[in-house]
Formats: sequence, C-alpha cells, structure tokens
Amino acid sequence: MTDQMIAPAAPGSLDSGDVAGYLKTKFPDAVKDDTRQGYSGVVIDRNRLVEVAESIKNELGYNYLSSATAVDYLGIEDSMEMVYHAYRTSGGGPLVFKAQTPRENAEIPSLIDVWPGADFQEREAYDLYGIHFPGHPNQKRILMWEGFEGHPMRKDWKEAYYEQELKPFDSRWPKGYARRAEELNMFGKNVKYPSDLNLSRLTDHSESSLYSGMGLGVDVEPVPDSEGLQTDKLVVNLGPHHPSTHGVFRMVVTLNGETIDQLEPVMGYLHRNHEKIGERNAWNHNMPFTDRLDYISSMSNNLGYAQAVEKLMALGARYTPPTYRAEVIRVLMVELTRIVNHLWAIGFLLNDLGAFFTPSLYGIAEREKVLDFFEAVSGSRMMCNYMRFGGVFKDLPERIRSTANLVNDQVRDFDTMKYLTELINDSLPRAIDEYDRFLTDSEIIKARTQGVGYLPAEMAIAYSAAGPLLRGSGVAYDVRRAEPYSIYPELDFDVAVRYNGDIYDRYLIRLDEMRESVRILKQILPRLEATKGESIFSGNKAIYMPRVPIGESYGRVENPKGELGYYTVSQGDPKGPQNPWRYHVRAPSFINLTALGPMCKGQKVADVVAILGSIDIVLGETDR
Amino acid sequence: MYGLGILKGLGVTIRHFFESYIEDIRYAGSKLTPTQKFEKRQGTDAVGIYTVQYPEEKIAVPERFRFVPFLVVEDDDHPDRPGHDWCTSCGICAKVCPPQCIWIVRSEDPVSKRPVPEPEAFFIDIDICMNCGFCAEFCPFDAIKMDHDYELADYDRTGTHIYDKEKLSKPFSFWRKIAPTTAWEEAVDRKSWEHTDVVKAKQKTGAPISVPGGLNDPYQPPIVPKKEEPVAAAPSAAGEAVAEAVPAAAAAPSEEDLAKEERRKKREAALARKAAEKAASEGN
Repeated sequence: MTDQMIAPAAPGSLDSGDVAGYLKTKFPDAVKDDTRQGYSGVVIDRNRLVEVAESIKNELGYNYLSSATAVDYLGIEDSMEMVYHAYRTSGGGPLVFKAQTPRENAEIPSLIDVWPGADFQEREAYDLYGIHFPGHPNQKRILMWEGFEGHPMRKDWKEAYYEQELKPFDSRWPKGYARRAEELNMFGKNVKYPSDLNLSRLTDHSESSLYSGMGLGVDVEPVPDSEGLQTDKLVVNLGPHHPSTHGVFRMVVTLNGETIDQLEPVMGYLHRNHEKIGERNAWNHNMPFTDRLDYISSMSNNLGYAQAVEKLMALGARYTPPTYRAEVIRVLMVELTRIVNHLWAIGFLLNDLGAFFTPSLYGIAEREKVLDFFEAVSGSRMMCNYMRFGGVFKDLPERIRSTANLVNDQVRDFDTMKYLTELINDSLPRAIDEYDRFLTDSEIIKARTQGVGYLPAEMAIAYSAAGPLLRGSGVAYDVRRAEPYSIYPELDFDVAVRYNGDIYDRYLIRLDEMRESVRILKQILPRLEATKGESIFSGNKAIYMPRVPIGESYGRVENPKGELGYYTVSQGDPKGPQNPWRYHVRAPSFINLTALGPMCKGQKVADVVAILGSIDIVLGETDR
Repeated sequence: MYGLGILKGLGVTIRHFFESYIEDIRYAGSKLTPTQKFEKRQGTDAVGIYTVQYPEEKIAVPERFRFVPFLVVEDDDHPDRPGHDWCTSCGICAKVCPPQCIWIVRSEDPVSKRPVPEPEAFFIDIDICMNCGFCAEFCPFDAIKMDHDYELADYDRTGTHIYDKEKLSKPFSFWRKIAPTTAWEEAVDRKSWEHTDVVKAKQKTGAPISVPGGLNDPYQPPIVPKKEEPVAAAPSAAGEAVAEAVPAAAAAPSEEDLAKEERRKKREAALARKAAEKAASEGN
C-alpha cells in the first residue's frame, strides 16, 4: 500500500512542463495560461473548477494540495481569486491554478470533495475574504468568531487603531511626537454598525451556531441502547484553557460513553491577523513577525520567508542569490531548530501522556545549549530574526561569550566552532540516545500509543497532512528532497519514514529525524570550516527597503512541524512604497489539524490529548 | 520480560536524579562564595541540571543580545562635542521599525527652517518594541544600538513606557563596554572610532583621526579572555560593579545617582571649556 503511495501516482503522468498544455487541450474553454507579469500556472473558469481539479488530481497525479488561499485584487483587477498549489507526493514542482470571482457575491466551488485538505483553508478564505464555497459541508468562520462583522483580509477592511494603509507611517518622522495608541479611540472613524443592531438586545450566536453545526442541541432524541437504557450523547469542551492543548485551543467533543463520536477543533483564540499585519508591513518588516508564528522553530520560519521573497526578487534584474556560506549557516540553523523542536515535541507528547515534565525537562535542558548558541549568534534565544533576503544577519561570532554588564563575565566562554562541534558530535546525539533509552521500549508508552490515532497514508495525503504526521503514515514526502532548496541536494541524508501511522510511529519518526539532522549537521561542520571568512551576503549589506519586482511566489520549506509555505504577491509600484500585496502563511500546524477529527473518531476521550500532542501544534502558527 | 523497558527508562531517571546532587556534594565543604560557586556550576565541566536562582543569580547575556534600543551619545569627556548625539535624525530606524515604535522629531534651524542633523526629540515606546534589532542594524551612523538591560518591569505602564531622548541616551563608552567586538568591527567599517561627521570635519581641518588599530587609536582591540586566567583577576570593572551591587542592592541607586551627577558635572565642565575656547578664538 505504502509503496504505491510513494510511486508516481498516475502511470505515464506528464512532467510539470506539459501539464498546462494537457489541461488546455482537455479543457480548451475553461483553462487559460496566467499571463500576468511574474505569475505562473493556469487560470481556471470557476464554473468548471471541480471538473478540472478532478482531472488534475486523478489524471495528472497532483494528489497533494499544499496551499489554497485567496487574494483580493481591489484596485488592480477588482476581483478576488483563489490560488491553489498542488504537488505530487512523488516529488517535483507545483501546479499552480487559480479561479477568479467578482468581489461582490464572491463564490468559488469547494474542492473539498477532490482534496479534503481544502477544508480548513476554504473556511479560512471564507472567514477572512468572504468567498463562499458552495459544496463545503461546514462553511463557517474558523479564525474569527461567528457574528464578526466584515472580512478582515479584504483590502478595504480596516482594523482597530488603524492609522495608515502602509508602513512606514508618516506620523513617525520627521514630526514624530509620540503618543500611545491606546489614548486614541480604538476604532476612530473606522466603525461600522450593522443596520439592524440593537444594543439592548445583543445576543451571542457564536456558540449556538457551533453546536448546531454538530447536529446537537436540545432536540437530540435520547436513544435506548441494546439493554434498554436511555442514553444521550454528551458534549465536552476540551479547552481552550486546558494544559494539554499547548495553548488556547479547543476541541468540542461529542461523546458516546467514553468513545468519541465527533470532534470539532475550534481555534482562533490567538488570532491576530498576522497576514493583514504582514500586508501593512514592508517586506523587511515581516521577518521578525515570522519568528512569532511557530515560536519553537523561528529560524526555519525565517528561512521560508526569506526564500519566498528571494524567489520574487529573482524575477527582477538585480538579484544575486545568497552566498555559499550564507546557505551553510542557514542549514546549520534550520537543522538545529529541527532538533530543538523535536526534543520539545517529544517532551510534551510525554507530558500529554501523563509523564509530567520529567521527559520534557531532559529535552529542554539539551535545547538550552542550542538556544545559547542562537542567542550568541542572532541576539535572541527564540525570536531570532536571523535570516535576511540574500544572506543572514551576521556571521557566527568567534567566541560564544559575554562581556556584558552583568555578573559572571567569564563563565560561558567558548570557541564557537569548538562549541558547535561538541554539541553536534557529542551532546545532541547523546540526548537523542537518552530519549531513545528512556522512552522507546517503555511498555506504558507502547500501551498508550501503539495503534492509537491511526491515520492511513491515503488519508494523510488527502488531508494535506505534512511533516512527521505525513511521514509517520508511510509517505516519504519531505520538501528537502521533493523540491530541494538551499544546499540540501549536496547533503547526504535519508527521509525518515514509518509505516504504522499511529502515535508511536510519530514519536519514533521524530527520533529518526533528529538523527538525520545530526547527520546533516556533521556534514555542515567541515563546510563551515572551509568557508570561514567568506562573505555571508551576496550584496554589500542588507538593504533597509528592498525593491521587490511585481509577481507572485510560493516559497516552502520543510519545517519541523511540516511544510511551511509563504505565498507572496508583489504589486508594488517600483518607485513607491515596497509592501507585499499578499502575504499568506501556509501553516503546517493549522492544516495538520484537519486530520485531527478523523483520527480521533472512535478513540477514547483520554487518547484525544495524546493524539493532539502527536500532531505537535503551536498555536502561534495555528491561529496566526 | 514485561516491564524491562520501564526499568530501563527508570534507569535514565535515576541517573538524572543523582546527577542533580553531584554538584552539591562536590562543593559541599568548599569556601567558594555563592558567585564563584555559580560560575563553577555554569561552567563547562558542570554535571546535572543546575537551576539559576534568578534574580539573585543571573546568566550573563552574550554580546549580540538585543533588548530595547538606546541612543549613542558622545562621552562626557569627549574633546570636541561632549554629550552630543550620534543620531542625525535621518529617520531610517523609524522607517525600518516593524512595529513602528520609534518616533523622531527632526530639528530645524529656527531661522532658515532647514533640517539640522540632530534629533529634537526621540521616543521609543518600549511596550511596542519587539526587540528585533533592525534599527541598530540599518542605522548608517551606528547611532542606535541594542541594550542588554532586560529588566524593564515597572508599576506604571501608562506613564513611563515611552522612553524619551534623555532616558535613551547612553555614552559611546557604554556601548564599547557591553559589546567590545561589535563596536570594534563597526569602528573598522567606519575607519574611525569617531562618528562619521566628526571624521569628515577633521578631514577638512587635517586634524588626526583615531583609526582603530592605528597609531592614534585610544582603545585596544577587544581582548579575548583566556580560560586559564583566574576569575578574580578578570579586568572587567562592570562585572565587579554588578557583583558588588548584588549584596548591596539597597545602596545601588544612590551610587547610580552619584555617577550620574558626576557625569553631568564633567559634561558641563567640558562644555564650558569648549565655550571658553570658542570665545578665545573669536576674540583673536
């Protein structure tokens, strides 16, 4: 079964160059090339989208829908469009296809029947852009609450404390008389009340619509079971304030006794409209904001964004790719991040299984050493903000030490390369082996995790699961190999795969991936030595307001939690302010949750916490 | 055998359990001060997890550590322009600031209304600052730098969290103290320890310029402390000052005030001297 999934999906399937041609011959009046400057892929007539999508999936073998997102072209084309990036799990580049709709009564047929992984992404587009998806069984808001007025990602929507369309704000310089935003009226002139608003009769519909969507409510008929007992289904809210949810995440669970009938993830409690902030920001401004997505692995987030924007910049004339040393340092950071993340993920999976903080702390103690290194190099332990377009912030320091104004100057003073060598050759492998000894054979862990939270390979692909969740189900899909970036092609490592698709395999795959990361890092060390003293920047220095040519790009990296993608569109006037027109984050934690409901069905309520822990979500990224 | 896996795992736990006491046993009878003990336990040969008892003990932050920015001003004993801002109010930091927490009022010549390269006012809203370090990275004059002071907690959020120029300004020698390597690298890039404007002025008059590592260099390149050196002999005045301040925390504010007062006097004296020189030269 699994071999079949890894092999090219359709026999004799075409390579990506011919795909557009194939689609155009098959659907001559529905498929057109996207001829806009800097754009790629095809534009599909929205009325025939489902038909074409089925052909894309079944005939061309693009069985993995990575990203589906909306763009509002207000003032440019006065239309909205959905942009889809589909991939083959056998590797290779994307097939980008788009469907356009007018802004009024925006409507695009749902692709949930073709790729069930479109579920949350379409709900997000409905929530933030107001595009309706006929055919979606559960079309309701996902990040904002039910009853929220407006669709915040639309270009004409203004947020609280709205000041100006684009940064940098004019009020800051040269006449920057500081004031606190809170001193102003939160909404200023930016208030729209619904026409039928009656403040005295304000009711909150958000919860009732959630429960009615689950087919529950007062009118559920108690059904007598086989022994004649009248039983009723019970709704239990796990979270949002529950320590097992890794933040503010909520699962509304319908229980039949102790068995789960239905599980509905409810999220958005940490929503801050990261993407809207990102579109107000200039290109550079977004870099530190990406740290705050998946804050356990900020270095990888940085890399994804840097690569997406570098792809856009490569469309222009004056672009030089990052130097070799910059790429080496990037991979060093990203692989260290992967180890850090998996140490954390395994620790907290064990927390969820009831091993309260003992395994976590063993991982965290090791993580601390890597964070010390990050702090010495980038200046911050977690909010690294290290990558730049075309390079990195600064080269590695000679020594990891402080000459700071605090106590204990001489305590931590290491030669950087020696520290790294010890870390990679000695201390990290030791910590991984210790985890292995500590946990892998433990009968309690096996009893709690083996066979629990099963996700078969075909479902993992269908639900657009990514990262350890996908590979734990037997799909050897890793962006580092499927669509290589940076210097990964020249590095020797294996894509870790496990075939059982349960929690135990997701735990094992994290151990495997850490070992592979150590293997990569061991190859990085000689490269670091060899490139010592070389430039870390292709240009002179990072530019504070980089010029980004018009176009679109989708940069994706294999984040520790799965495939992290950034879809960016630049529409900037080359002389005007340089801000992204669209900045979308394909968050692995968010999309992996699509599979949570199906995985939990039929399991016991105590297992839900463990299943969630095995997905390894970070709410900063889920809710954005 | 069933249960063997658990026993193997518990072996790991028990090793960690004992390891956490090894340091206690090792230094049980020693006469080390708490600070010295802390250094041993945070050193490379320490075993087990040793918790840092913040705020009594603190791990020193590395040089590149970044927290809320500060503005570089000339030292109070600077021969040409004591206490003068390095900032030219070009506004790049305000533009590149992702959360837009920097507010700058550019000075204007009262007569000609032309901009003067000096900020009239400079504010940073530290509640909004996300400590990304872009301002320091992109400042063309090395005039704004990231501070290492992370203890900014305060009882009044509304009144005190917009730092003004007075609160933000710190002398250049402070920057050299907290980040000697970076300051050295920057000086090499500028080709002088002085501010770019001072260098230009000196080039016009032909006055000698202090080139880092050159003949007129008043400062040494950053010394990499050697591991063999005994800790007590470390020449870091800053470390000692804070180490002393830990037990005598109550006395610390007054010392700070004294130092401030002294700095103010120095600055005034230098300014007076300069004015006198100017008057003398005009008289001639």
